[in-house]
Amino acid sequence: MTTAPPPTGGATATSATRSPGTTAAPEPVVEVRNLRKTYPGPKGSDARKVAVEDVSFTVAAGEIFGILGPNGAGKTTTVECLAGLREADGGTVRVLGVDPQADPAAVRDAVGVQLQEVALNERITVEEAMRLFASFYATPGDVEELLDLLDLAEHRRVAFAKLSGGQKQRLSIALALVGNPRVAILDELTTGLDPAARRATWELVERVRDRGVTILLVTHFMDEAERLCDRLVIIDRGRVVAQGTPAELVDSVDTSRTVRLRVPPADHDLALHTIAGLADVEHVEAPPTPGREIEVTGSRRVLPAVVLALAEHEVVPDDVRTVSRTLEDVFVAVTGRTYDPDATDARPTRGESR
Amino acid sequence: MTATTLTPSVAPARRSTGWRGFGVLLATEARLWLRDPGTVFFALVFPTVLLVGVGFAIPGMRTPIEDAPPPWLGLTAVSLYVPVVLAAAIATPALTTMPVYFATFREKGLLRRLSTTPMRPQGIVVAHLVINLVAVVVSSAVALVVGELVFGLPAPRNAGTVALAFVLGVASMYALGTLVAARAPKASTASAIGTLIYFPLLFLSGLWTPGPIMPEAVAQIGRLTPLGAASQAMTAGWFEPGFPTVQVVVMAVWTAVLLPLGVRLFRWS
Repeated sequence: MTTAPPPTGGATATSATRSPGTTAAPEPVVEVRNLRKTYPGPKGSDARKVAVEDVSFTVAAGEIFGILGPNGAGKTTTVECLAGLREADGGTVRVLGVDPQADPAAVRDAVGVQLQEVALNERITVEEAMRLFASFYATPGDVEELLDLLDLAEHRRVAFAKLSGGQKQRLSIALALVGNPRVAILDELTTGLDPAARRATWELVERVRDRGVTILLVTHFMDEAERLCDRLVIIDRGRVVAQGTPAELVDSVDTSRTVRLRVPPADHDLALHTIAGLADVEHVEAPPTPGREIEVTGSRRVLPAVVLALAEHEVVPDDVRTVSRTLEDVFVAVTGRTYDPDATDARPTRGESR
Repeated sequence: MTATTLTPSVAPARRSTGWRGFGVLLATEARLWLRDPGTVFFALVFPTVLLVGVGFAIPGMRTPIEDAPPPWLGLTAVSLYVPVVLAAAIATPALTTMPVYFATFREKGLLRRLSTTPMRPQGIVVAHLVINLVAVVVSSAVALVVGELVFGLPAPRNAGTVALAFVLGVASMYALGTLVAARAPKASTASAIGTLIYFPLLFLSGLWTPGPIMPEAVAQIGRLTPLGAASQAMTAGWFEPGFPTVQVVVMAVWTAVLLPLGVRLFRWS
């Protein structure tokens, strides 16, 4: 487990993926090393805008690998270089052992791409689009099977314009898979979807991985990365600031745990007094009025310690919640900024004026 | 469902030609094109409607001309409109349909999406060139057949000249349409630019002043534009003796200049 900077060696041996095959096939499916990509700056100036400063990671076969970060961090540029859509200024990229910059045609057959905000002709039906894209590939997948897999079979004759956001997104995934790819790149899969559609889409991604497709998932949603990814990198301002499994990343922030509890108003003072004296407690945030939540931070053992101590004094909490660490906390810890997914260039929080 | 998609070798052994599936692409795009009522009307039916409409709406269009020198004497006025209608049949898809489709592909990210598949984005552009070329031929043929049935049109004096003028007119106007489509980032931009060129060119091709009615000054300017030259060259081949050398050269030059420019400037993303 590492937080910044990323290891320069290709191997990230710490992965404890759920998928089989990672031990049998050590050859990475995707390998990115010190990738750098700049764009021309404003007209008249020689300064170039840096989209990707230095990004390295490797993806093993059968993984769902996440590229996480705020908008504008360089995620899409990174996968566009992988897909052979853009030429990198520096670093090396290998997809299935092939350099997509030098031989883009070689990767197109084996890599399925779902791009952000691509719209098809509004009159094309689901089935027409599938059969059209299938015809481009040497060994396409089974269209009927994919329509079933992505719950699109009953919408096969529906025109693109009449599909819901979730259905369009599912079609987009289906089109990325119709060439029977070994690697699928899914960019901002659930942006604009309602919560139910997002959860359904997540399940589909797992179904696709279970078919043996390695998945690169680009997202700015922390919860999505946490839920789906076997391993991930967090990219910020064109650099990898953390990488590992979601659990490793979360554990890396610090070892403290936080518990929130509510006790009956009559027991409020007794509870505060009891908790404050415990060895496992480092910090207590007491509410101004009794009956509100008390926040207790301490060691790993803070939860059992607090509950046991209260029980000894016959105080039964109305409600106890553990506050789990999330990838958002990881982002804050490694960048020193709050996570604002829409900030293209978030400034440090301390520099902000109120 | 196990990992049936995995193949033993890491490097993909097969290479794609970049045109696999072009037949399916062409067929699909043609079907979608036909599903758009506006496109179908303007690209296929409009020239016929224009010819029949002019013939019936304007008084005296169907009576033979008596006060003009040969070769116009004795012709019906509506027959002078035929080359103009063919010019409109060329210009409409070239400037209003095709550039908007191309800009839409770019705007909606379809060209970029195709770039990630073994099909080249050029495939969809070529498919639409084919579709629109077929549309021009079909709409012109329908206009001629209907015009013949309704008004009894005279046969061209020199069918070869008319055909050559038609082909060069198509080439130069499609080159112009490609240039319009080359950089337009949005469909609305392509539509605005296309329309801005479309109407002046229709005017210069004689839509309001066909054949000998066109003032000499307008005819002089029109001769230098691709559509005006096409209309004049077809008129010459249809009714007049002699060969429209200037107009043919003008169209050839426009094509030679615009087509490489349009191809070179075409933005694929």
